Amino acid sequence: MSRGSHTKWLRALLVFCAPASVLAEPASHVASPTSIFAPASTPAQSIFGLSMFVLAVVGGVFVVVFPLLAYSVVKFRDRHNDDHSEPPQIYGSNQVELAWIVVPILIVVGLFLATAHVIASIQNVTPPSGSTEVVVIGHQYWWEYRYPDLKIVTANELHVPVSDPAHPTPTFLTLLSADTDHSFWVPRLAGKTDLIPNHPNRMWIDPHEAGLFLGQCAQYCGTQHAKMLLRVYVQPREEFERWVRDQRQPANASSASSGISSGKRVFESTACTNCHTISGTAANGRFGPDLTHLMSRDTIAAGAAPNTPENLRLWIRNPDAIKPGSKMPAMGLSDQDVNALTAFLETLH
Amino acid sequence: MSTDAIIWPQLQTESRPITERLHEWVTTVDHKRLGVLYVLYAMFFLIVAGIEATIIRIQLIRPHNDFVSPQVFNRLFTMHGTTMIFFVIMPVLFGFANYLVPLMIGARDMAFPRLNAFSFWMTAFGGLLLYFSYVGASGLYGAGNAPDVGWFAYAPLTSKTFSIGNSTDYWTLSLLVSGVGSIGTAINLIATILCMRCPGMTLGRMPLLAWLNLTMGALVILAVSPLTAAQIMLLIDRHLGGHFFDTQAGGSAVIWMHFFWVFGHPEVYVLVIPAFAFASEIIPVFSRKAIFGYAAMVAATVSIAFVSMSVWAHHMFTVGMSSGANIFFVLSTMAIAVPTGIKIFNWLATIWGGKLRLQTPMLFCIAFLFQFLIAGLTGVTLGAAPFNWQLGNSYYVVAHFHYVIVGGILFTLFGAFYYWFPKVSGRMYNETLGQVHFWLFLIGFHLTFDFMHVPGILGMPRRIYTYEPGRGWDIWNLIVTIGVFFQAAGILVFVFNLVWSFFRGKVAGSDPWDAWTLEWSATSPPPVYNYAVIPTVRSRRPLWDIKHPEDPDWRYE
Amino acid sequence: MYCLIGAEVAIFAIFVVAYVFYIGKSLSGPTPKDVLHAPILFTICLLSSSLTIQLAERELVRGKTNAFVSWWLLTIALGGAFLFGTALEWRHLIFDERLTISTNLFGTTYYSLVGLHASHVTLGLVALTIVALFGLLGHVRKEHAERVAVLSLYWHFVDAVWVVVFTVVYVVGV
Ligand code: HEA
Ligand code: HEA
Ligand code: HEC
Ligand code: CUA
Ligand SMILES: [Cu+2]
Repeated sequence: MSRGSHTKWLRALLVFCAPASVLAEPASHVASPTSIFAPASTPAQSIFGLSMFVLAVVGGVFVVVFPLLAYSVVKFRDRHNDDHSEPPQIYGSNQVELAWIVVPILIVVGLFLATAHVIASIQNVTPPSGSTEVVVIGHQYWWEYRYPDLKIVTANELHVPVSDPAHPTPTFLTLLSADTDHSFWVPRLAGKTDLIPNHPNRMWIDPHEAGLFLGQCAQYCGTQHAKMLLRVYVQPREEFERWVRDQRQPANASSASSGISSGKRVFESTACTNCHTISGTAANGRFGPDLTHLMSRDTIAAGAAPNTPENLRLWIRNPDAIKPGSKMPAMGLSDQDVNALTAFLETLH
Repeated sequence: MSTDAIIWPQLQTESRPITERLHEWVTTVDHKRLGVLYVLYAMFFLIVAGIEATIIRIQLIRPHNDFVSPQVFNRLFTMHGTTMIFFVIMPVLFGFANYLVPLMIGARDMAFPRLNAFSFWMTAFGGLLLYFSYVGASGLYGAGNAPDVGWFAYAPLTSKTFSIGNSTDYWTLSLLVSGVGSIGTAINLIATILCMRCPGMTLGRMPLLAWLNLTMGALVILAVSPLTAAQIMLLIDRHLGGHFFDTQAGGSAVIWMHFFWVFGHPEVYVLVIPAFAFASEIIPVFSRKAIFGYAAMVAATVSIAFVSMSVWAHHMFTVGMSSGANIFFVLSTMAIAVPTGIKIFNWLATIWGGKLRLQTPMLFCIAFLFQFLIAGLTGVTLGAAPFNWQLGNSYYVVAHFHYVIVGGILFTLFGAFYYWFPKVSGRMYNETLGQVHFWLFLIGFHLTFDFMHVPGILGMPRRIYTYEPGRGWDIWNLIVTIGVFFQAAGILVFVFNLVWSFFRGKVAGSDPWDAWTLEWSATSPPPVYNYAVIPTVRSRRPLWDIKHPEDPDWRYE
Repeated sequence: MYCLIGAEVAIFAIFVVAYVFYIGKSLSGPTPKDVLHAPILFTICLLSSSLTIQLAERELVRGKTNAFVSWWLLTIALGGAFLFGTALEWRHLIFDERLTISTNLFGTTYYSLVGLHASHVTLGLVALTIVALFGLLGHVRKEHAERVAVLSLYWHFVDAVWVVVFTVVYVVGV
């Protein structure tokens, strides 16, 4: 089915569904970058198809039972001109009872078969050749991405190639956690899957259109669970390959000006190196995001703030100002050092 | 049936000094007083946890709000969820069961009155322990105070590494302690129902309320015990250096999820079955008809209880189970719709052809029918595993379960309050205020929880203290928050109504509703020993038989 | 009592599941194979105590309080022997094998499961001892048989659980 007919279906069906779903009908027209009803990748699409089916069925149950209830409440309410006699007493009926056992059983069987089919179609998939492998590691309040085949390490902003349905080039994600449970959820691309320590999970996406897809961590993981945002950049093949090439360069910290080299010195002589990696320097910590190509990212701190010099400065001075409770400590540096540091970080393209 | 005329001795206790009366309440082993204590205790915590919910909603009224800090927010939803489940709904249901079951089966008290008192005080102590965390849990050392791990406290967030201080210990201990109380109450209820029925009351003639509480008791025993075991393991981990849930030493985070939900899912049916019980008593009386399909109702309840033991992992569709396991849990989850449907249809059939008296208790029960239908259907959508991969842990789930718990349980509970208030207090509540409460709460409920589904569908996860603008969530959150104030207004009217009516209400008499079960043959309030002469029954509706000697029930059963 | 036992069964079930789930999952030694020796003798003690308590009960029903007390005391002795055996085993594990509750997953699950059982035995022994004291003072008579039966039911339960624990820990687990 095409997108268009899906939307028509959706509209037709939802009008009948529970009041809540009736409300979802206008809602699906509200521009929401995270709506589950605007799928852009096969897993999300098959889920969408199933959702419509399930909603139609339960909507059907609803349109039968709700009016029945309403009718009987209105019809049989006590009138005031009544003679106060008791109505005839009816104790039950086996035939009727049987009817409302059998019909729901049939409905349940139908729902179950459709669901089982979609489960298998999403879960039992082996990566075709031409797919990209990414290891996603959840950390308290940020995302680490490793491309084992491409030898790239980056953070918070996932880049994947667009996948033409005719020649699918899906991306397979291996989901790990470094600390507590997290969940990877980009609604337009796929359903969520948890990242659990000691319990590797797999999921896959094959985005059909280029663009930026948003989401966020969907399993409570601690204080800043709310600001563990997800950004997936889906790029046309060439653009993706250019990005890969850039990421594989060493950091081009050409310490041209003295401000930058002093920034580098500050960086290397403070605890930054314990937690962060910048390839080509002594820093190889893994507790915080890899900063080698920090400037290639649009945001810092897992999407909590745009990547601007002011925000960087604010972040280094006091991470809590942007993300209270984040695991990066305020280092208590002088203004001068902070400025130098920022200038240095600004060179990490 | 006119026992009203007799003046019972304890009606003269009013003049004794307050300390003495207080002492009597604290040391009481009377099932009715314990019932009332449970209910009052739960009402108190309803206000507390309701205020917590209100703060949560104020924080979420717009994006990037900073009414409370993230730390405080996380504590709020943990405390809200834990309190509401364990210290509001559980005790209030136990309270009603305590009060009503012996009266309805014609007994003088519970089987083990002292165990009963012990259970109540354990539950009460558990709640106090939870709230003591605000001062006790190393807050003074800056290590956080109230627990902030969420009501299902997933590992390894609860390990010493991620939860320093003692807040998680307070959470664990309070659930452990109140869990012992719950198991005690469950044992007591089962023993009472099985052994203390009055002559003539066979199992097949028990009021449905007794049947459903029997089932609930069995479920409590089977569900709360695993929770107790898991809590013991967590304590071993935290204090003896164990590794059950220590992922760094090869422990498993997933096994905690299994243990929790093996408890957690049956638990939600523990909560809803007594609510069904209230509906099953109130709807027939106010429709003026016998319950339709008594045997089917009992069978449906028991099968709900059985099936509910095998569906727990529908809370875990996103943790990466094999497709086989997912498919199994889809089937078992959806299977529950069948017996639940039977119940809905039987209530419908009870209404059908009746003469509905739309007084407050009935209004609440009718609203329950509509709302529970919708809530159950959203439950089925969640049970379709792939759909759940999108909806799980989003506000859609929050909307689903508040729809069941508030729209289902709280509504019938309010109905039950109004229905049995005359029995407990001896006075009628104010009908006008009752209806004001109903409409305010109905409007508030729908504003809040209908619209809460939408942000879930638009990708809003739960348990976030703030959110980004531009995701299409803002307007819905605003509406949701506005609804809470209607709910709060409704509850204020409710509390006022009860307090005012307790002192000023019309005297009710023993049977204001022209009802049919045994408790309405005792005086209002019933004497300490309930029945001077233990009644004998011949049918499910003993008072109907007395009122309609020309057409008694026992001819048909 | 049956309800309470139902609840206890559920608790033990969870601990057993945890034990089984973690078999072979420890990241470091010692492993069960290295250090566990099945305590056959003490198991026999415990299981035969089920028999003796049954005999004691029968004597009480018959009104032979002296015989009752003797069998009852024997039960306590057998239960005590079992506990002593557990203590010996733990001493060996802790001081010779260096296996404590925090050593590895095996340690955690082993001490929890066996400890949970041992604590039930202890509880049972306390209750049995109280009854024995009453018995020695001559306060236990025929009409108390029903209450004594409840206690012995509990004791049978504790024994039955041991069969499960024994199987899981010393047979399946090594
Ligand atoms: C009292 C409480 C209660 C009740 C009764 C229910 C009832 C149901 N619940 Fe709900 N649920 C909760 C309380 C409850 N739930 C809570 C508290 C949570 C969240 C916990 C947390 O994460 O914090 C939750 C979460 C939850 C989830 C997990 C969501 C997630 O976290 O990802 C799922 C998934 O399957 C689910 C499903 C169901 C189903 C299928 C029912 C069924 O029993 C509903 C059956 C009823 C009907 C279907 C309607 C009537 C039937 C008919 C008219 C017959 C015809 C209908 C058909 C054939 C479809 N619930
Ligand atoms: C019994 C169960 C129960 C009940 C009745 C409620 C009732 C309500 N809940 Fe609750 N809720 C849960 C159980 C319940 N909840 C659980 C289990 C969770 C999950 C927690 C977790 O994630 O760990 C949850 C989570 C939860 C969230 C999600 C938090 C998050 O994920 O970030 C929200 C958000 O809106 C919410 C809102 C509400 C509201 C508005 C009500 C309203 O219906 C409340 C209405 C009551 C009042 C408004 C109080 C009224 C009284 C007054 C105001 C009187 C004041 C006057 C004086 C003091 C004199 N709840
Ligand atoms: C104790 C460990 C630790 C130390 C020391 C530390 N950081 Fe961080 N840093 C982190 C963590 C953790 C994050 C991710 C925070 C988040 O998003 O929640 C982070 C994030 C960042 C980011 C944003 C990266 C991104 O892509 O989002 C920058 C820039 C940064 N740190 C710079 C520094 C500098 C400069 C120093 C030294 C002055 C430093 N850090 C010291 C742990 C540390
Ligand atoms: Cu990571 Cu929530
Ligand atoms: Cu459930």
